[in-house]
Amino acid sequence: MTFRAPSRRALFAATAAAALMLSLGGAQAQTPENVLIVGQIAEPQALDPAAVTAVNDFRILMNMYDGLVRYKDGTLEVEPALATDWTISEDGTVYTFTLREGVMFHDGSAFDAEAVKFNFERMLKEDHPYHNTGPFPLAFFFSAVESVDVIDPLTVAFTLNAPYAPFLSNLAYPTGLIVSPAAVMEYGVDFGRHPSGTGAFSFGEWRSNEAVVVQANPEYWDGAPKLETVVFRPITDANTRSAEMLAGGIDLMVEVPPVALSEFQSDAYTVYEQAGPHVWFLILNAKEGPFADKRVRQAANYAINKEAIVNDVLEGTAEVAAGPTPPAFAWAYNADLDPYPYDPARAQALLKEAGAEGAELTFYVTEGGSGMLDPVAMGTAIQADLEAVGLDVKIETYEWNTFLGNVNPGLEGKADMAEMAWMTNDPDTLPFLALRTEAWPDKGGFNSGYYSNPEVDALLDAARVETDQDERARLYQEMQVIVQDDAPWVFVANWKQNAVTSDRVEGFALQPSFFLLLDDVTKN
Amino acid sequence: MTGYILKRLVSAIPVLLGISVIVFLIMAMIPGDPATAILGSYATPENVEKLNRDLGLDQGLVPRYFIWLGHMVQGDFGRSFALNRPVLDEVLDRFGATLILAGTSFVLCSLLGVAAGVVSAARQYGWADKAITFVVLVGISIPSFFLGMMMILIFAVQLRWFPVSGMWPIYGDRTLWVLLDHLFMPALALAVVATGVIARLARSAMLEVLRQDFIRTARAKGVREGRVIWRHALRAAMVSIIPVLGIQAGFVLSGAVYIEMVFQWPGVGRMLVDAILKRDILLVQGGVVFIAACYVMFNIMVDVAQAMLDPRIKT
Repeated sequence: MTFRAPSRRALFAATAAAALMLSLGGAQAQTPENVLIVGQIAEPQALDPAAVTAVNDFRILMNMYDGLVRYKDGTLEVEPALATDWTISEDGTVYTFTLREGVMFHDGSAFDAEAVKFNFERMLKEDHPYHNTGPFPLAFFFSAVESVDVIDPLTVAFTLNAPYAPFLSNLAYPTGLIVSPAAVMEYGVDFGRHPSGTGAFSFGEWRSNEAVVVQANPEYWDGAPKLETVVFRPITDANTRSAEMLAGGIDLMVEVPPVALSEFQSDAYTVYEQAGPHVWFLILNAKEGPFADKRVRQAANYAINKEAIVNDVLEGTAEVAAGPTPPAFAWAYNADLDPYPYDPARAQALLKEAGAEGAELTFYVTEGGSGMLDPVAMGTAIQADLEAVGLDVKIETYEWNTFLGNVNPGLEGKADMAEMAWMTNDPDTLPFLALRTEAWPDKGGFNSGYYSNPEVDALLDAARVETDQDERARLYQEMQVIVQDDAPWVFVANWKQNAVTSDRVEGFALQPSFFLLLDDVTKN
Repeated sequence: MTGYILKRLVSAIPVLLGISVIVFLIMAMIPGDPATAILGSYATPENVEKLNRDLGLDQGLVPRYFIWLGHMVQGDFGRSFALNRPVLDEVLDRFGATLILAGTSFVLCSLLGVAAGVVSAARQYGWADKAITFVVLVGISIPSFFLGMMMILIFAVQLRWFPVSGMWPIYGDRTLWVLLDHLFMPALALAVVATGVIARLARSAMLEVLRQDFIRTARAKGVREGRVIWRHALRAAMVSIIPVLGIQAGFVLSGAVYIEMVFQWPGVGRMLVDAILKRDILLVQGGVVFIAACYVMFNIMVDVAQAMLDPRIKT
């Protein structure tokens, strides 16, 4: 029983398939000139700066909107943006801004003091007619604002309920970016998909799950950008993102996985690195168990080989942290502080002194999460280091949201230590929310390890109301020395954000704020 | 036949209601809430409570379920808070993309699988049978996401024949040709395992039929061998192949999740994974109910098709 027909057909089918494959698969076209394609890590939630919380969304927004102030290139210090000048009242509660003249929103409406008032009242006043365009999860950045008053079309005054030194740097944060009131009124809850600001690029189109396209704003007050168009593509899978970069489908990628960095060590690519206001640490439960003893907390700091973690686990994408404040806050950072050295012998001696040899510890580890780097591998390395000095560490791993639900209400009765990471915009934020006695979880803060030192409390309270930057810096530096010695946390790493561009991209630089600013970038 | 279809449709209602209850309860019971997911490290109890109130999540479970169900019956699936757009818009958009991917894949694996099975059976123990059996075994054994990544590395990064990811190019026209260019690798990667399963079952179904009397009669009558195999035998074997195709359709649809992640295909599987991580409750619930409804409909269609082919099934 033989029949040849199917074989011939199979042969034909195979030939046809091969032909199809060859014709479909011509060489893929290069990306066009002056159109920059950026590989993002996720689809943005919305293009309304008041409504979003993710760095991923900020990367787009910072190019479409301006705030009253912004961070000076390469620093975390504020400089004028939509406000050209400001004065602070003697008692530090009234900030009066002079606004830039002749600035227009992309939709053609004028930027003025009324627009500023509209923006902050939309976020803060529950009875504002457009408060329903939220929710505004980070509105508490401005919870100190009592009223916003229009003095004249180009002058606006903010009255605070108490002196609040981080106010200016909060205004430079994306939550403080100014949106067009006319566009909010027109689109209501859909404003996040029909954005309009004053920034270097204006909104083009948003194709769900494919791309957000923005176009150069030739009227930009700070000089029209050199690129014609920027396309933000969400590519959630890090391997696929790397493959797109290698295949030439994108010109710039952010958050390159450490293991993929070696792929880009050639002339065809440029790798950028920039340390940012990020700190990765272990919260230690100072209320109960072995870590209630300061010597045991210090022992943990000595026992963990941070060099090995940043170099081997993180492949050099982070630096060893010395204390609670990241060096990116150059003006407030205490440069005299050295990290705890890796010294297992010293750790063992301290443990012996405290009678904590062989103590059993429960360690909360997360599987992932914002700013958490490589939490499982880091957690395992930490466990090994602590076991090497004779501690018995039991890891419990949780998915990120579950993890936060366990850690934020406090570690008492549950765990001795937990991983955590923060990215902030002001040296006040993290210590104020996570190190003060008044910030214990039952009082609504993030001090999940119950650290308490009246001296630190006093310094942080004083720094928050101090309007003189040099004096503020001194207070923070003093705080860092005390906190490092008290060791409420194990200070582990400061993340260096990275990005890769193709050799066609010029004029790009990463910012310590972790924002992505593209108005000076060119592409050949 | 109409009565049979109607009966099947009515029996789908309790199934869908049950699914809606289950997915609602799962989303209510998994740890972590949307407010914590949105606020991340800023999730103080106070902020969480306020945001949950803004999101309308401060009511009891039972009223929340009935409000959701009531709206859904009227075609309003609510609004995704993580994507800031109506759930139904997003689900339809994404489901369209998944259907294109899974549909192509399903056609591919049905044609290739049945063809391979038939050839295998017709040439039992011949070289073609052995070669096909070997290829099928390899295909079944390779996880689709791994195959997908390897295809990207070879055909997109090294050879640059195909784009790495996505459904449409960022610029340029949206022609069918361009879509095929993007579709080729993910559809193939997704089809491989199902092709193998279908080929194996088609082979044994064909062998079963080829032993029967009417095949001998056909051959004795002098019908050409090709016609005996592809008309007489395959038609009879289809009765047992079709249910397998139905099952594989479900498999292709669920397997699309991995492929959508690897190739960044803007489909409904990737949407659900993202939505679960962000605790985007309404999007997960709406998406699952919608997919379940499609799945139930598809099974009804398979049953109806089978009833039409096989008069022994009572309608």
